[in-house]
Amino acid sequence: MAGSRLDGLRAAATAIALLVAIPVAVVFSSWLAPATDIWRHFAAYVLGDLLRNTFWLALGVCLGTLLVGVSLAWLTTMCEFPGRRVFAWALMLPLALPTYVLAFVSRGLFDYTGPVQTALRSWSGAADLWFPRIQSTGGVITVLTLALYPYVYLITRNAFRTQGVRMMEVAQSLGHGHVSGFFRVALPMARPWIAGGLALVLMETLADFGAVAIFNYDTFTTAIYKAWYSLFSLPAAAQLASMLLLIVLALVLTEAVLRPRRRYHTARPGAPGRRIVLSRRLAAFAFFYCAAILALAFVLPMGQLLLWAYEVLPHDLDGRYLDFLGHTLTLALAAAALTAAAALILVYAVRHNSGGAMRAVTRIATLGYAVPGAVLAVGIFIPVAWLDNQLILMARGLFARDAGLLIQGTILIMLLAYVSRFLAVAHNPIEAAMHRVAPHIDEAARGLGLGRLATVWRVHLPMLRGGLFTAVILVFVEVMKEMPITLMLRPFGWDTLAVRIFEMTSEGEWRRAALPAVALVLAGLIPIALLLRRADKT
Amino acid sequence: MPETSTATPLLEVRHVSLAYDGHRVVHDVSFAVLPGRMVCLLGPSGCGKTTMLRAIAGFEPVEQGEIMLAGRSASRPGWTLPPEKRGIGMVFQDYGLFPHLNVADNVTFGLRGVSRDERERRLTELLETMGLMAARRRLPHELSGGQQQRVALARALAPRPALILMDEPFSSLDVELRERLSQELRELLQRHNVTAVMVTHHQNEAFAMADEIGVMSDGHIRQWDNAYNLYHRPASRFVADFIGEGALLPGAVLGDGRVEIETGVITTGHAPACRVGRIVDVLLRPDDVVHDDGSDLKAEVTHKAFRGAEILYTLRLARGGRVLALVASHHNHAIGEKIGIRILPDDIVASRVNPAPRPDPRPGATPHRSLSGDRAG
Repeated sequence: MAGSRLDGLRAAATAIALLVAIPVAVVFSSWLAPATDIWRHFAAYVLGDLLRNTFWLALGVCLGTLLVGVSLAWLTTMCEFPGRRVFAWALMLPLALPTYVLAFVSRGLFDYTGPVQTALRSWSGAADLWFPRIQSTGGVITVLTLALYPYVYLITRNAFRTQGVRMMEVAQSLGHGHVSGFFRVALPMARPWIAGGLALVLMETLADFGAVAIFNYDTFTTAIYKAWYSLFSLPAAAQLASMLLLIVLALVLTEAVLRPRRRYHTARPGAPGRRIVLSRRLAAFAFFYCAAILALAFVLPMGQLLLWAYEVLPHDLDGRYLDFLGHTLTLALAAAALTAAAALILVYAVRHNSGGAMRAVTRIATLGYAVPGAVLAVGIFIPVAWLDNQLILMARGLFARDAGLLIQGTILIMLLAYVSRFLAVAHNPIEAAMHRVAPHIDEAARGLGLGRLATVWRVHLPMLRGGLFTAVILVFVEVMKEMPITLMLRPFGWDTLAVRIFEMTSEGEWRRAALPAVALVLAGLIPIALLLRRADKT
Repeated sequence: MPETSTATPLLEVRHVSLAYDGHRVVHDVSFAVLPGRMVCLLGPSGCGKTTMLRAIAGFEPVEQGEIMLAGRSASRPGWTLPPEKRGIGMVFQDYGLFPHLNVADNVTFGLRGVSRDERERRLTELLETMGLMAARRRLPHELSGGQQQRVALARALAPRPALILMDEPFSSLDVELRERLSQELRELLQRHNVTAVMVTHHQNEAFAMADEIGVMSDGHIRQWDNAYNLYHRPASRFVADFIGEGALLPGAVLGDGRVEIETGVITTGHAPACRVGRIVDVLLRPDDVVHDDGSDLKAEVTHKAFRGAEILYTLRLARGGRVLALVASHHNHAIGEKIGIRILPDDIVASRVNPAPRPDPRPGATPHRSLSGDRAG
């Protein structure tokens, strides 16, 4: 009995891993089909630009988040200046803004017709004032930097906090001042963490669809969307997707090679040392620097968003919004529950199978976080469409009548894609919770006369509850904000808040995009609150 | 004490008070360290010894008083010479080895403005004395605890500091390694003619390493002395309690340094200055009580702890007083047996005025480590 149940667990885990493996395989197999005219057109006229754009965007955002994230982490952990405590947590807030929200607010604020340039012109009296063009490579790099620096900031802060102060003291006792200590000790020691943060930033940048679309900055994700929805060429979309996937996989491999080095760099936190007390001048500089980043990345856009939302509220808020909200919540809730369940299956499969096979299955299954949503959408749509056609043919053969589309064009296909993309998000907290359920706890429960199911129910579940809750919340918020998968796989007319934002912004209606954006940002604040609460505990 | 008056102290701490997070943790501490001496601050955790050490290194500002290094002011209220400008070496409790640098790079980290040849020469010399030549290219996480400690020491010694500070240098090591390494460390520091200040809460480490020991509690230095005097002539109840084992017996002062206790009259070389007839506590160390089969003074064995070469007996005297006796372990007596003892009559016996004289002698002072609940104030 137990044996067959465990076999079922293994089979279920493997099926979950296939949710990632099949789309990846399908995308790569697009090269087996003969090249289409559309592809030849892409290769000749578009591909070069895409590669160039992607390269500059990745490089710029990397450098930007490196500079901003590391400097902020350094200031808020190692130095003492007025406001440091508040900045330390407030600088995480930009995580709540999806990149595309920051993107459209920035365009609304800083475009030629936006309030900032208008105010400048009326203040100076000049009709044509020079102002950096926001809709440019520099503009999109700046916006993504401001939206994504928290990844580098958070992880680097951890590194500095566990070892920074102590190691700076060691360097000082050996005759190195703060500047020399920073470059020779703190920075090299934090390198594995910084690299981890940058890898996350790069993955987000490569996967970004909404922000680059708002800036009309063509990258692979927007090209995939255009190939599919404007040029109606799924094969070309798949071929583009495969190129993006190659870049991403190279990145994942690099990160995996670098990661183990982090283990050895953890110093035991010793007696707390003293932060560097900045001189008045430097303290003022630190304060204004932190304040400027916080203002640009969160306070200003949030204020503008609220203002716009308030303006359009009377005539824009109607019955359709109930639909948007209902669709969004239904999708997010269903996806969160499914994803958490899938993660739970993976965790149990590893627990009950000591071999490496289930670990490998888990690694594949959680790889979806690296696969951009646009790629996943293509990779899931193709096999599902094929399956639907088979089913239709079969139904026609069996019942001599036409069946409708079963999976494609329903929310089921979206849910499959979400599970695949966000499994890692749910897996991390559940796995961490399961770590605390040591094997001897099982033995103790069994020794006290509990059966296998009773053990799961009365011992495991209470211990896993916190992890499950975190997993559900995190996936819920991710799905709410998700744009490319929702856009490409949704049933006709099934609009969500994110889709509404895409539609409004693609017509340049920044104001009208504000209302759904506010809802998303508020939801995005939840995981940050969770993060802060956990940080308080440690 | 050798030529105290002539040599300039390498380190002088003058009436220093320190605060941490608004709490005062060190009160009006003064001491001086002569060149070449090895000094230890000994005290229970939280007594302020580590904060004192960090202030000497320049990591903590002083609230009151002054710290002088080789006759020059290094810390005074409102001004602290930065640690990197003090020329002090420090060995941290967790060693603080740079995880991204190998042994050689860790050791040479503090050698700035030193020629390449000289750098290599010092590295080789230090690694050879420390027996680390084979580990030269290893990373810290590949080393054993003892090796890590030696790398930390070599790194601190490499810039040839006049003064080296060590914060619980043996705390991450297991007990056997501690004893051996503290011997080695002392010899090594002497060979390099280094002046050292160390902080620990283990008296055996302090005894093994230090010429002078300052016993600290609650931010005060309670006694500054050598190991012998701390053990046999504790200046306060706290020191007697914190250092070593022993038992307290009530006694009546007879004058002229004589005190009458249960077993008879003893002469204390360290007579409490108080009037005749007053009740005091007399500290008897286990080595003050000698086993002697021929003695008329008998005591009953109530507890025994086998320690290899010796047995530590807890004995009950006729009137209920308890003493400890350290006896060669081939004198194996059973619990309940009565054995003959002698109290050594010379001035090894120390006594201490009871802070609050108790009129009625207790039926026996508490044996073992903790001599009594109340701490000397």
